[in-house]
Amino acid sequence: MLISLFITCYNDTLFPGTGKSVVRVLERLGHTVEFREQQTCCGQMHYNTGYHPEAVTIMKKFVADFWDAEVVVIPSSSCVAMIRDHYPKMAKEAGLEKEVEALVPKVFEFTEFLTDKLGITDVGATYPHSVTMHTSCHALRSLHCEDRPQRLLKAVRGLDYLELPASDQCCGFGGTFAIKNAEVSTAMLSEKMKAVLSTGAEVCTGSDNSCLMHIGGGLTRQRGTARCVHIAEILASEEGDQ
Amino acid sequence: MSIRVGESAQAATFPKAAKKLLQNTQLRRNVRRATDTIRGKRAKVVDEMPDWQALRTAAQQIKKRTLRNLDSYLVQFEKACAEAGGKVHWARDADEANAIVVGIIQSHNQKEVIKVKTMTSDETRLNHALEAAGISPYETDLADLIIQLGNDKPSHIVVPALHKNKSEIRQIFMEQMGLKELGHAPEDLAGAARNFLRERFLRVKVGFSGANFAVAETGSVCVVESEGNGRMCVTLPDVLITMFGVEKIVPTFDDLEVFLQLLPRSATGERMNPYNSIWTGVTPGDGPKEFHVILLDNGRTKVLADEESRETLHCIRCAACLNACPVYRQTGGHAYGSIYSGPIGAILTPQLQGMQHSTTLPYASSLCGACYEVCPVKINIPEILIHLRRKIVESGGAALTERMGMAVAGYTLADSGRLGTAQKLVQLGRQPLDAIGLPGWSAARDLPEIPKQTFREWWKSSRGGK
Amino acid sequence: MSTAREEILQRVRTAIGTQAPEEPVQREYRQAGTLSEEAKIDLFIDRLHDYNAEVYRCAAGEEAVTIAEALTARGKKRILIPPGFPAALLPTGPDFVRDTALDYRDIDATEGALTCATAAIAMTGSLILTHSATEGRRALTLIPDYHLCVVYTNQLFETVPEGLRALGGRRTSPVTTIAGPSATADIEMTRVKGVHGPRVLDVIVVAAG
Repeated sequence: MLISLFITCYNDTLFPGTGKSVVRVLERLGHTVEFREQQTCCGQMHYNTGYHPEAVTIMKKFVADFWDAEVVVIPSSSCVAMIRDHYPKMAKEAGLEKEVEALVPKVFEFTEFLTDKLGITDVGATYPHSVTMHTSCHALRSLHCEDRPQRLLKAVRGLDYLELPASDQCCGFGGTFAIKNAEVSTAMLSEKMKAVLSTGAEVCTGSDNSCLMHIGGGLTRQRGTARCVHIAEILASEEGDQ
Repeated sequence: MSIRVGESAQAATFPKAAKKLLQNTQLRRNVRRATDTIRGKRAKVVDEMPDWQALRTAAQQIKKRTLRNLDSYLVQFEKACAEAGGKVHWARDADEANAIVVGIIQSHNQKEVIKVKTMTSDETRLNHALEAAGISPYETDLADLIIQLGNDKPSHIVVPALHKNKSEIRQIFMEQMGLKELGHAPEDLAGAARNFLRERFLRVKVGFSGANFAVAETGSVCVVESEGNGRMCVTLPDVLITMFGVEKIVPTFDDLEVFLQLLPRSATGERMNPYNSIWTGVTPGDGPKEFHVILLDNGRTKVLADEESRETLHCIRCAACLNACPVYRQTGGHAYGSIYSGPIGAILTPQLQGMQHSTTLPYASSLCGACYEVCPVKINIPEILIHLRRKIVESGGAALTERMGMAVAGYTLADSGRLGTAQKLVQLGRQPLDAIGLPGWSAARDLPEIPKQTFREWWKSSRGGK
Repeated sequence: MSTAREEILQRVRTAIGTQAPEEPVQREYRQAGTLSEEAKIDLFIDRLHDYNAEVYRCAAGEEAVTIAEALTARGKKRILIPPGFPAALLPTGPDFVRDTALDYRDIDATEGALTCATAAIAMTGSLILTHSATEGRRALTLIPDYHLCVVYTNQLFETVPEGLRALGGRRTSPVTTIAGPSATADIEMTRVKGVHGPRVLDVIVVAAG
């Protein structure tokens, strides 16, 4: 399968390791990955903050960049949710209904692509660490990920999976929310960090680097014992990596 | 016009109010404990309903149908209610509604009124207007009584004194009821309220209520409650005044079978609340001899006019969204500066009161979607929050720094070459990030190390730009 | 100047526009029960127990004995009954006072009330009163601290829709649904039994003959 990777703007800039890991997993599974270099962003930040025309411009660009892809894989639940939940309505205003309607079913979040499209839970990874998982709100309530990421993690050799308490609670990131309501966001983060640390896991993983940047940033500030790692990086790990 | 939502027009911004409340550890503990309890109860009784989603869908559709034909349903209700002996009044705004109530009470030369919990009367600040006219309003809902006696403000739609724990309530009761002794158990506190209000229930000649539902087909009104204070207020006085928002109409009596299943399970986690009172006009020999209905607009028709956010009016005030909200969980309801707090408050207050008063409320959410998930009438609150944010931005309500930041980001993200240049800048320093106001972030979190190479650079160097 | 009524209706019409297509309502929720007669009764009793109501079961014709048993268990000697409560159901012993036009304060001074019901719902443990002559006006089952209710199994429905639809023409009489004794969860979300309505509710379930 020829898989088109949409890396997302912040993964591209801040978490290139996540993108490399996605490529490593997909190629290990025998697929071809392409990276369309004109790609930029899905428009989520603008859309969620109320900057509609800017978001529409970015959506148009996304559609122009990916309309003819076989499948598009994105290592970010929130960007996939943006495309699935909001593009169809925005497309009406932009006169792109047909294009968006054709494109949306080809867009997958990385873990759901593995479990649902490829039908795989064991991706041949080895990761000898204890791991807990933060399920982002978009993965939970928009993508309805259920236990798919957990199934992938539990198939990883050497990985000790630890359940996160109150796993349906938002971590408090919420994009510009973390800036506009920094104190409330921090209070939400404190609860999430407490839950993560209560598991005793070495690693807290998830399918959204935005949440993980927020939780991880809090954990390093507190010199917490856990660190945050995107699920793609765990699934890419092989024996001898660590 | 005097459209009003309590005292929200004078309230502090959400971030400012929240910052203060976050320091109140007792209040936060009370809120966490209460919402954890009620969420657990709700989940249990919702999970046992195999047709929960079908009920939600039906409720949403009934509400849509109602709003689509609201004018004819209002007229139908008015006619049926009048035929059954009720008198229907219409109030454009808060002042007009309050004046009608005061007028009715004065026409009977009464100085007291017993009230069952009514959000609309908090909206219009009826108690304030009554007191100004020399009439004493007695709140009879236990939580409202706690708020009234404690001179406090409600922090929750269903459980207004949720921010108070039992020892704080005991203190208020002892002081305000003049009790020398009072037990510590919730049963003792409820007993004190029973004794305190019984004489008033038997004495006061005018009752005031809201309505959870009003049936266009029959002219019936329904009040959902637990304590029996609602039954007292709508049964014992000679004169009953019931006020509700125009959106509380349901087309048919059978529609109640949907809402009376959804509301108790969503609101208090009960299969059914102890009491529902449904009455139609006046019944000789049973209950009030005179019955007035006030149909209140107070901004609702403005909400109705916006198709994107119209479904805000579907709300049945169950407060499940408050209990599920991780933001409400941290701050409690007072941060929202309105009688309508939590996610529903964040969309309802700005729309009723006018956006200029509440430009921070639509941003008081991480858009996690927990509210939408639990909403029994499927109001897509996150979507409406985003819609209101858009309106704020379009009307020039966003800060200049934000507008500039978003404009620069929009320009940058519209072209991969420009994005590459910006990424270079990020690698050199954090200026672009810091410019959009990251100090709040950095107070509690470290920013990640900025990688030396972006993904696209790695791809280009390792895959030769393929 | 237009009246408030005209102005509000005009605002509504402007807001919804001229096109007001009928919105379809899909009623795909459960509108009928599936339980056997005995399972339905068991469910009802289970729900009533959930509310701490005392439940008695008897056959048709045994109502008077059972009423006597229930009142004795609560130590009640003087009980209010609605004007049309069937005399045949009353046991000898307790003093029954028919409510004709008693003052609310007189009602407040009594030990309790004994009534029939119009319908009941098993799933929610609800009694539905439409305040007929056998059920009494609303104040009768509201002011006293004790309510003993006689309900027949042919009045019992499994689901909420069935129970409400059973009201038929009585739906525009005053309707009160009662699920357990009055209660509140206003203090720390803990359910406390008994605030303003009757603090004790007992139910006699009579097998319809």
